Amino acid sequence: MDAKQEVLARIRQATTDITEKDPLVDTPVTWTYGGGIEMDDVVGTFQEKVEDYQATVVRAAHADLPTAVVDGLKATGAAESVVVPVGLDKDWVKAIESAGLTVHVDDPQLSNAQLDKTDAVVTAAAVGVADTGTIVLDHEDDQGRRALSLVPDRHVCVIRTDQIVSDVPEAVQRVKQAVHAGRPLTWISGGSATSDIELSRVDGVHGPRKLYVIIAED
Amino acid sequence: MSTQLRRISEGNYGVARLTPAPEHPGTFLGMPKFTKAVKDELKLPVQRKNMRNAMTTIRTKRATRVAESPDWEDLRQAAFEIKNRVERHLDHYLLQAEKSLTERGVQVHWARDGAEANQIVAEIAKSKGVDEVVKIKSITTQETDLNEYLEEQGIAAWETDLAELIVQLGHDRPSHIVVPAIHRNRAEVREIFLREMKNYGRPCPEDVSSNPPDLADAARLHLREKFLRAKVAVSGANFILADTGSLVIVESEGNGRMCLTLPDTLISIVGIEKLLPTYDDLEVFLKLLPRSATGERMNPYNSVWSGVTPGDGPQEQHVILMDNGRTNVLADPVGREVLRCIRCASCINVCPVYERAGGHAYGSVYPGPIGITLTPQLRGMQDPVDRAMPYACSLCGACNEVCPVKIPFTDIIIHVRNKVVSAEKADRFPKDPEVLGEMALMKTAAWVLGDYKHFESIMYGSRGVGRVLHHKAIGPLPVPVAERWLKYRDVQAPPTQTFRDWWKQNRTESER
Repeated sequence: MDAKQEVLARIRQATTDITEKDPLVDTPVTWTYGGGIEMDDVVGTFQEKVEDYQATVVRAAHADLPTAVVDGLKATGAAESVVVPVGLDKDWVKAIESAGLTVHVDDPQLSNAQLDKTDAVVTAAAVGVADTGTIVLDHEDDQGRRALSLVPDRHVCVIRTDQIVSDVPEAVQRVKQAVHAGRPLTWISGGSATSDIELSRVDGVHGPRKLYVIIAED
Repeated sequence: MSTQLRRISEGNYGVARLTPAPEHPGTFLGMPKFTKAVKDELKLPVQRKNMRNAMTTIRTKRATRVAESPDWEDLRQAAFEIKNRVERHLDHYLLQAEKSLTERGVQVHWARDGAEANQIVAEIAKSKGVDEVVKIKSITTQETDLNEYLEEQGIAAWETDLAELIVQLGHDRPSHIVVPAIHRNRAEVREIFLREMKNYGRPCPEDVSSNPPDLADAARLHLREKFLRAKVAVSGANFILADTGSLVIVESEGNGRMCLTLPDTLISIVGIEKLLPTYDDLEVFLKLLPRSATGERMNPYNSVWSGVTPGDGPQEQHVILMDNGRTNVLADPVGREVLRCIRCASCINVCPVYERAGGHAYGSVYPGPIGITLTPQLRGMQDPVDRAMPYACSLCGACNEVCPVKIPFTDIIIHVRNKVVSAEKADRFPKDPEVLGEMALMKTAAWVLGDYKHFESIMYGSRGVGRVLHHKAIGPLPVPVAERWLKYRDVQAPPTQTFRDWWKQNRTESER
């Protein structure tokens, strides 16, 4: 018997006391999926919770986004180079170039070593979660592959107010199609951090040490 | 700038090795049992202080975050139901997960035990021609002692989680499942980094301070070259979503994301119970796990990926579905409830025994309430280490209250104690002298209490002792076992009259 058959046989032997074979009938789940939390100010709560993680959050009108992105890069200390995903808004890219920074578009893909030498990354986002201060990337063209928002030390992330939901279940539903289409997700709550030494939270280990979030208002 | 792989003898008990040698083999078998091991651990005042500080902090953080969630009890109930569904229909969901993963380009392997899982990892790594792999923190691979197996096979396994790095470089063993280096303080970490990093890669800066940010920075630099050159990564998984074939990793530092995205090949060893039926179920666990584990609203990074994504991350992926005793646990309708565990460690963080003993005394990679319920069931109850484990508990029940998947720990602990006693009875000649003594004592007690005549004759014996002592208290006496009690306590002399005698004398026939 190969390992698969043997493990399955052991499981079936171990569960002979369970006679109802339909999991949904045998073990009903009473939870209501996809629910949100009642809150007065979803965007405000989102901002507050993201700031709780020591990230910087600013708000900008749509028209001012190119300037806001450049300001964000400067604020995080990006001095020379920026990597951007293929689908990033062209106006933002132009503004970054005009500000004197070298822009690497990730097409063809940069090597890991090149990414390591790049100061910052600018991406859009898929969903924001107010209750937990989380940004979800579904790695569409305006967010790029996973390594882009990981290896450079500074991450400037633009999220629209209509992308922000109250709680985790709503966010899970919003990116469901992306997962069914086989795309990965990255959930980001503040910058990289660790509490491994004496449980004292230290910001910045391997992921971007500076997270700068721009909320794009209508 | 990049440092090469070298064989190092220093600190490795004279053996030239690729990675630092741990103090004990991972199985922990042959170690002293808890009741003995704990005595040495309790003598470490620095460790006890570190543990008390850390556990107090983490308990408070969790309590704050849980209090923020008005639907906490509903979430616990949902998690309880979802995980019950999985464990009761495990064959169904495993086959569904295998199908979904395969459709997403993942090669699925099955492993009966840890040895088989380790072999599969080594074979894949060798087929890629690599002599090193980077690792995401995974208790499952500690359970199989993967690092030591790979070392024997000439492959260096680098731990990349900060705490695991501290443990690995410190020739140590993890003492907690979420924060494995919790028994170390900043000064100890600095010392380990200065002494060991230079042997295994980029050295720690000589002028490093003992401030956590500086130490974290040293780790960042030490590990970055390993991430950038790694071709193969090994991970566990927090969850597998059966319907979409997705794996989920919940982490803080970004070392997980590095391992999941930069190498060409990714191998994930996952216990067969780590399934969730559907993608939708994730919402319950992403709310429960971070608040229970580190007391955060959400941990810094969660990764969800569904097999191979063209142009993004490892293009070759393997998932090893491992049993390693889990079906033994499943076979026990009482004991199987521990299979709901999502490894948040909230039970460990509230455990008064764990806080004082630390994680090393248990003799398992799983310490605390989850450790003493899960390990003896996983490994069987043949070794004295496993038999002693369920007794590392005062049955206070704090763990029952915090568990996000509602594992009734104390019920299971009593149940496992029962199984230990049955296993001891089945041994005709117990190897453990304490067990032998206890069994003799219990047999005697059974004889005495089994028949009123036996009881009476013993009472008469005690009356005899009382008459000899004549109201004089019993002080220290060189009698085995009783010596330890009598050293600190005087025992009143037994009465010179038994209650039965008194009753007969003071009551008439009709009153009796």
